[in-house]
Amino acid sequence: MADVTLRVFRGDGNGGGPVDYEVALTPGMVVLDALHAIQAHQAPDLAVRWNCKAAKCGSCSAEVNGRPRLACKTRMDALPLDKPVVVYPLKSFPVIKDLVTDVSWNYKVNAKIPAFQPRPGVKWAMEQRDVDRAQEFRKCIECFLCQDVCHVVREHGKLEQFGGPRFFVRVAGLEMHPLDGVSRTKLLKEELGLGLCNITKCCTEVCPEEIHITDNAIIPLKERVVDEFYDPLTMLVRKIRGAKTA
Amino acid sequence: MTSLASSKYETYENDVLIIGAGGAGLRAAVEALAQGASVGVVCKSLLGKAHTVMAEGGIAAAMCNVDPADGWRPHFRDTMRGGKLLNNWRMAQLHAQESPDRVRELEQWGALFDRTESGNILQRAFGGHTFKRLCHVGDRTGLEMIRTLQDRGVQQGIDVYMECTITRLLKDGDRIAGALGYWREQGRFVIFKAKSVVIATGGIGKAWKVTSNSWECTGDGMALAYEAGAELLDMEFVQFHPTGMVWPPGVQGLLVTEAVRGEGGILRNKNGERFMEKYDPKRMELSTRDVVARSIYTEVKEGRGSPHGGAFLDISHKPAEYVKRKLPSMYHQFKELADVDITKDPMEVGPTCHYMMGGIRVDAETGRTSVPGLFSAGEAAAGLHGANRLGGNSLSDLLVFGRRAGFAAAEHAKGTAAASIDSAQIDEAERQLLAPFERTTGENPYTIHGELQDMLQALVGIFRTEEDLVKALGELQKFKARAAVMRVEGSRLFNPGWHLSRDLQHMLVVAEAVTRSALARRESRGAHSRIDFPKTEEEWGKKNHVIVRKGEAMTLIEMPVREMPEELKQILAEEK
Repeated sequence: MADVTLRVFRGDGNGGGPVDYEVALTPGMVVLDALHAIQAHQAPDLAVRWNCKAAKCGSCSAEVNGRPRLACKTRMDALPLDKPVVVYPLKSFPVIKDLVTDVSWNYKVNAKIPAFQPRPGVKWAMEQRDVDRAQEFRKCIECFLCQDVCHVVREHGKLEQFGGPRFFVRVAGLEMHPLDGVSRTKLLKEELGLGLCNITKCCTEVCPEEIHITDNAIIPLKERVVDEFYDPLTMLVRKIRGAKTA
Repeated sequence: MTSLASSKYETYENDVLIIGAGGAGLRAAVEALAQGASVGVVCKSLLGKAHTVMAEGGIAAAMCNVDPADGWRPHFRDTMRGGKLLNNWRMAQLHAQESPDRVRELEQWGALFDRTESGNILQRAFGGHTFKRLCHVGDRTGLEMIRTLQDRGVQQGIDVYMECTITRLLKDGDRIAGALGYWREQGRFVIFKAKSVVIATGGIGKAWKVTSNSWECTGDGMALAYEAGAELLDMEFVQFHPTGMVWPPGVQGLLVTEAVRGEGGILRNKNGERFMEKYDPKRMELSTRDVVARSIYTEVKEGRGSPHGGAFLDISHKPAEYVKRKLPSMYHQFKELADVDITKDPMEVGPTCHYMMGGIRVDAETGRTSVPGLFSAGEAAAGLHGANRLGGNSLSDLLVFGRRAGFAAAEHAKGTAAASIDSAQIDEAERQLLAPFERTTGENPYTIHGELQDMLQALVGIFRTEEDLVKALGELQKFKARAAVMRVEGSRLFNPGWHLSRDLQHMLVVAEAVTRSALARRESRGAHSRIDFPKTEEEWGKKNHVIVRKGEAMTLIEMPVREMPEELKQILAEEK
């Protein structure tokens, strides 16, 4: 089959630029296969994260022709091959080398979220229809494509005040667990900056697990925050009885 | 001595150091922490990406939610029979008895399993299991398990050292003192001091060409333990999963979960014959993995294979919505990577190197190795699965023995003073690691690795002969010589070529152990099939193989299988 050109970012924290590589196209080839072919034959030090090659681990995230995608799931034959296939690292995170970025911020955000805690005395029985809702969020493979594409991170860099779609999904999975007994609404409002999200749905568009991030996670969480903190009746009650911590 | 080493290198200190952050490593970490130890977990990838996420079908545990007749005894019996009685029976017993509690614990930590009508954890059928036993979440059970353990560990306060490869275990005399590694990102060396070390590094699949395993599965822990003086057990038993993808080339070997067959999938050859009728008419598609893998291999070899050299696996007779709900990731995997809609058309599948039954020899109760302070659990350790592992018994293995090893490692640390680390062993390791950068000639590690994979696939695969295995041993010596003078280009900054150069050394050690053990076992049993010795021999059922290092030489010892107590013998004798 024909050769195709991959234009891959090569560089590190000090800078870098695109380098072109010719790769022989094989049937069913995905972008990650092409990157591996470059590693094996042309540039053994080309840095790219990967693990499962089956869209289950979320390691090989990159920007292919400007769009955040999993390299293992992006078919070469679905891209225009008459011009170079451009592969760049995730723009929102600092480059370590080539396609590998520093995603440690995500782990810091994650550590702020209180784990699942069952309500006291719960009976360990759940209906499938009650579990379905939270299971959708637990499909997340932590590829961080949603974090990469989110304006609050990408354009505004508000890392300190913001959790990002990935962690709204995680919180939703905990909040909507049928037996969970912890409230995370105060955390969402005050530390994870849920209010900064203006529901443009970019995160939903790039999710490889097809999680309805905006509709099923973010909007219901926003409603919970509103109910808790901005509902006039609740505010009045709180004023009379004194502030109660969420 | 310690101060000398630590002044030169970045150093971390924990009571218990766990190498590997898959299911076994994380479960061990959670337990060691619960026992009051300070715990460090070091992993080659980012946290949460370990190969456990690829586990699809479920966790085998006799919860009796679907089949009330199940119990630990039938689970024990199935596991022993699946392993062709070469299993460590005590491990098989503990595993069957404790796995239900380990699953309940996961649920209490937030895991959300699929449910039965009455609201309990749903269980599905799987190969070799007499009852519906596998607790699952669609076909992404491993991800659920990893996330649950990861979140638990992080919340409880484990120290995580991500993207770090351990290259040597450090000792103080006979006992373990810690480990030396490098940060994959920056290439700097780092020392971890610990009173106990738990090896939970998983398998060795990446040494074979067609494999379901990720780049991480290079046998690191087995090689590290061997080099530190621990024993390797039953290394001839490498599981080839019957159903990996065979096309397109980029995904060859990628796992197709056994849950497809558990949910009613049917295997056919190119003539449309349901060939399992010939090989195992009683259990059909849900026969054990060794049998199904050999059956598909035989069909292909005899000219009845699918267009790309596999068998057809068909689930399209089930309602499309059901398939999408119970096997969502299979649906997407085939649709997106192979242009096949599995709700309408059959998949093409063939055997893929999947799991290592052999590994580090450990004590059943504690995961203790023969090196003081060194423990192991999960796929890196051996014993539970004998000559063949049943599907679903791996995730439960990780939980049951991860917990036990974590507990024992913490206990050991309590009664132990800090060890000292002699800097000479570190200097030597550093010299070895950096040598490939200094060479101006020599091969690229990718070339050597690719050829090693081809060789093992051809000579140490599903069917083996003396001639092939002897040849393989000779080839391994040549690979070692080539690897000793390979060259790495570029800098130490996130350099996959350099990373592979080290992993390759581990693969060569383990590949030799597999080949030597396979050559010595002159019979066929479970996953070990000898064309020249096709029968299962009673005498061989009384022997385990142990590999140890004597000086520089790899030595194989026959070890008698320990006599089973009467009560367990009786369970085995019952017909079911």
